[in-house]
Amino acid sequence: MHRINLIKILTLLLLAVTISANAQHDASKEAHGESSHKEKDIKTEIKEYIAHHLLDSYDFSLFSYTTDAGKKKYFGAPLPVILWDNGLKVFSSSKFNHGKTLAEVDGNYYKLYHNKIYKTDTEGTINYDEEHHATNVKPLDFSITKNVVFILFVAILMFFVFTRMAKSYKGNLMPKGVGRLLEPVVLYIRDDIAIPNIGKKHYRKYMSYLLTVFFFVWIINLLGLTPLGVNVTNNIAVTFALALITYLLTTFTGNKNYWKHIFWMPGVPWPMKIILAPIELLGTFIKPFSLMIRLYANITAGHIVLMSIIGLMFIFKSWIGSPLSFGLAFILALLELLVATLQAYIFTMLSALYFGMAVEEHDDH
Amino acid sequence: MDKLIEQFSLGLFFWMLILFVILVFFLNKFAWKPILNSVNEREDGIKNALEEAENARKEMQNLNADNERILKEARAQRDTLLKEAREMKEGIISEAKNEAQAQASKIVEQAQETIQAEKQAAITDLKNQVAELSVGIAEKVVRGELADKNKQIKLVEELLKEVTIS
Repeated sequence: MHRINLIKILTLLLLAVTISANAQHDASKEAHGESSHKEKDIKTEIKEYIAHHLLDSYDFSLFSYTTDAGKKKYFGAPLPVILWDNGLKVFSSSKFNHGKTLAEVDGNYYKLYHNKIYKTDTEGTINYDEEHHATNVKPLDFSITKNVVFILFVAILMFFVFTRMAKSYKGNLMPKGVGRLLEPVVLYIRDDIAIPNIGKKHYRKYMSYLLTVFFFVWIINLLGLTPLGVNVTNNIAVTFALALITYLLTTFTGNKNYWKHIFWMPGVPWPMKIILAPIELLGTFIKPFSLMIRLYANITAGHIVLMSIIGLMFIFKSWIGSPLSFGLAFILALLELLVATLQAYIFTMLSALYFGMAVEEHDDH
Repeated sequence: MDKLIEQFSLGLFFWMLILFVILVFFLNKFAWKPILNSVNEREDGIKNALEEAENARKEMQNLNADNERILKEARAQRDTLLKEAREMKEGIISEAKNEAQAQASKIVEQAQETIQAEKQAAITDLKNQVAELSVGIAEKVVRGELADKNKQIKLVEELLKEVTIS
């Protein structure tokens, strides 16, 4: 019964993805139709749509559509833009009007160009260098973007879910409700990720981070698969922040032994030690770097493939194309569910492994 | 790589870092610590309960062994008691038997002695009576015989002879 329900829900979700993709697709076609890219074929359009989907945005629009009058309507809300440009500038992203108008704040003009904010003159001219890169000044941008909102949403969601879970332990040994569902996961992270990699002696101080990072990445990956389509973990900045925390934790909790193994590897002749030291030092950076790239690349690739397959529907406009694309997208969505969990697991697992190296006590050499 | 660096958004990084660190701290304080503590407490409780059960089982085993031992001892004691009683009984019986035998033989002896004495007495009596009778008879015979003097002397002589012989 449960399985049937699950399948129903999944089907509905997928259908919703398809519909929203369809809606956006039409909208973007119209939008592009207005601009100079009139002759663009559908393939490029899909490519652009996917690229756009993968990017962050300054307003929280779930989908957009075009009215009968040919006007583009967005369903969503503008978000605050926070810039540091000789002083703090805070204004609503509605001023950009989805990149169509310049935002004028305190006599400065800002233009949204290729999803980045540039400072321009009153006309909004963008200057380019030889490689067609914009050379305009980019003010420091601390805007509350769609992804920031989503991170905040997930943080609040996690806070409520897990404090609720913690409360359900009060007075009784077994948790109730959501805690009963999540307790095995928490125990799994403790017993199968933290303890085997870090060791019984030190694992406690890393548990908060490991649990938070696992559930954060997992939940945000899963929500990224919903029709909301807010991908957070496919932003290099997000995975960089996570990897940076892992790196800092490893570095600052590393014991004497850890550093000794980096700078003066015991058990090898001294010329080797000199050669090994820079390699090992580089290794400490490469490890979290690989974490960052792995999570980013997996999620990005998954989304690109999933959306491309959905996009196939608009290329094969035949009776066989849509069901095929739908079926493939369905299977791939299931695979992505696995990837979402797996990437969260791998990130947590490898972080635990690095922490384990940092606190390992060698007695055997 | 260029694209990655270009895509990197400082603002998103900044907010992500801040939000995530805050999230870790809050969850640590309000969720993970209470949850892990409760779980640990529960696990310790289960472990203790199991250990206690094991101890109880061992104690029970010991108790059983004790019981067995006591039972064995009691049985051995009963056996010795019975054996002793039997021995005592046999002793008493044999003693009584011996005593009875002794008594009986004593009685018999006494009876024999009495019989002997009686016999002797009877014999003596008989002898006396026989002697008296013989004396009487002899008196009468002698009286008859001694009617004449010759005969008297002859008899005396004969008697004297006899007396000397006997």
